[in-house]
Amino acid sequence: MADVVVEHGRVAGTTAARKGRGLHNALRRKSTMAFFLTLPLILLIALLVLYPALFSVHLATLNKSMQKYVGFGNFTFLFKRETFWMVVKQSCIFAITAVFFKALIGFIVAHFVHNIPAKGQRKWRGMLLVPWVIPPAMSTLAWLWLFDPSYSAFNYTLSLFGIGPVNWLGDAAWARFSVILVNVWYGAPFFLIMYLAALKSVPDQLYEAAAIDGANWWQKIWYVTLPMMRNIIAITTLFSLIVTFANFDIVRILTSGGPLDQTQIFATYAFRVGIESNDIPLGASVSLFMVPILAVAAIFILRDVSKRGNES
Amino acid sequence: MSTMAIDKAGPRRKVKYGSMSRDRAWALRWSYFFLVLFAIFFLTPPLYMVITSLKSSAEISAATNPWWVFHPTLSNYVELLTSNQFLRFFWNSSIVSLVVVIVTMLISVPAAFALARMKFWGSATLATGVFLTYLVPDSLLFIPLFKMLALVQDLTGITLLNRWYVLLFIYPTLTVPFCTWIMIGYFASIPKELDEAAIIDGASWLQTLTRIFIPVALPGLIAATIFAFTVSWAQFLYPLVFTTSIDQLVLPVGITTTLIKGDVFNWGQIMTGALLGAAPPLIIYAFLMDYYIAGLTAGATKG
Repeated sequence: MADVVVEHGRVAGTTAARKGRGLHNALRRKSTMAFFLTLPLILLIALLVLYPALFSVHLATLNKSMQKYVGFGNFTFLFKRETFWMVVKQSCIFAITAVFFKALIGFIVAHFVHNIPAKGQRKWRGMLLVPWVIPPAMSTLAWLWLFDPSYSAFNYTLSLFGIGPVNWLGDAAWARFSVILVNVWYGAPFFLIMYLAALKSVPDQLYEAAAIDGANWWQKIWYVTLPMMRNIIAITTLFSLIVTFANFDIVRILTSGGPLDQTQIFATYAFRVGIESNDIPLGASVSLFMVPILAVAAIFILRDVSKRGNES
Repeated sequence: MSTMAIDKAGPRRKVKYGSMSRDRAWALRWSYFFLVLFAIFFLTPPLYMVITSLKSSAEISAATNPWWVFHPTLSNYVELLTSNQFLRFFWNSSIVSLVVVIVTMLISVPAAFALARMKFWGSATLATGVFLTYLVPDSLLFIPLFKMLALVQDLTGITLLNRWYVLLFIYPTLTVPFCTWIMIGYFASIPKELDEAAIIDGASWLQTLTRIFIPVALPGLIAATIFAFTVSWAQFLYPLVFTTSIDQLVLPVGITTTLIKGDVFNWGQIMTGALLGAAPPLIIYAFLMDYYIAGLTAGATKG
């Protein structure tokens, strides 16, 4: 029956080709069709991503009132500001520390979830992913309340152990710790899910072979798990590096960059300068400093993703 | 050969087996122990939201145990759910998210279909470009977009700044690239024979898309929809920059800017608002967890 239909279709196709609205025509139709199907996407990317990105380079070369071209004036101005270097330093500390601990916690917890019987895994996974599901602006408010200096639940709990009140967000060192802690809390579940998926794809035979060769648990992780997961670890880490480096919500709500700009990172500093102080060109210059590190991470991700594509 | 080995190793193997299973049992106990610890770490803030939302302001400022509710009350919920301002935020958020989800799907599904199946000039470059766009963060674009909107407003006289509907144009820049990317992955995994058969049967490209690709890739479509909804519901930076009037705000910005009045923090209401704001994504997650996770892992494992 199916054969007959196919035969019928083929015959219909060839007759259509003879009639002149055939293969050539269809190809032309296909490319015009493809053009129309992708047109909205191209327009969106060109007008609202590509153009603003280039426009931001243009903006960065103007003076505050945006009347005069100043070349690299904004950048040289930033280089002379101590606050700016503090922002650079804090952004790097923030992103690298947070990504490292996210990856570490994600890796450890993924192993624990992988260890327990399969029927309980779904429940645990569901519970542990909750931080990633709550909009970060909302969950950061809960953290803000947990960190509250006078009625804080954390300080109350610590006082039970006789530890004095900690000024979580008022003291520079603690504030830096707090923003990283909240970022790790928010991002670790993402790593957990990615690593868990990767762990499940490692064939059991490899572990059996390692066990026969007398490998202990550490050797199994080092020689079997890590090499098998290398690609997914690289992609996840680089991806998270981009997102963390460009983070805004958590720092903005938790400290607004304070105390004394000590926790300010690129995104929050650009907001402070560009929107709140109304110096759009300077704000654009600040956010452009994110581009090099984002570009490097993006190139590596692209390489890894395409490598993955070739493997499969 | 193998039976002989087993016979020889018989008694020793039994002992070894016992110790292995004991090791295994201990590993399991430790796993559960640490899982409980991490679950406490991960779930404390949301639980604390629930605890605080059930307290009256008097109880919050009293120096009692903050981890327990002594006089539970729903007054915070009643107050917020009857306040026009909060309902306005909720309404703005809902309408923005729903429209953005629809727009995202209308743009990304046809584009993904074209990129996955119709090889045309520049299609590979465009697919890579889509992926790169996904990596461009909002904090890089908010300043130029703000200026662009101001310029367009001056040129055309259409008010764009401080209007919620401008978010309908801006949010797709965050959702479309990822949705297109994962849909390319899902579409590419559909066997070629399927659409070839459809073409032979005389289906047009659009019919192939709507009759074959969309039904077959429905799980991917659901995952992409969930992603688009969560991203637009949670977005904080763009509405913070582009909207300022109270009646134009969406939920995340509305809660953080209006419920925090100067130095007076009404924590009961803030936590209730945050909890209600977190509810829609949490409810979707509770029911469609597998799709949610599929979408999460698809970005790196597919495509």
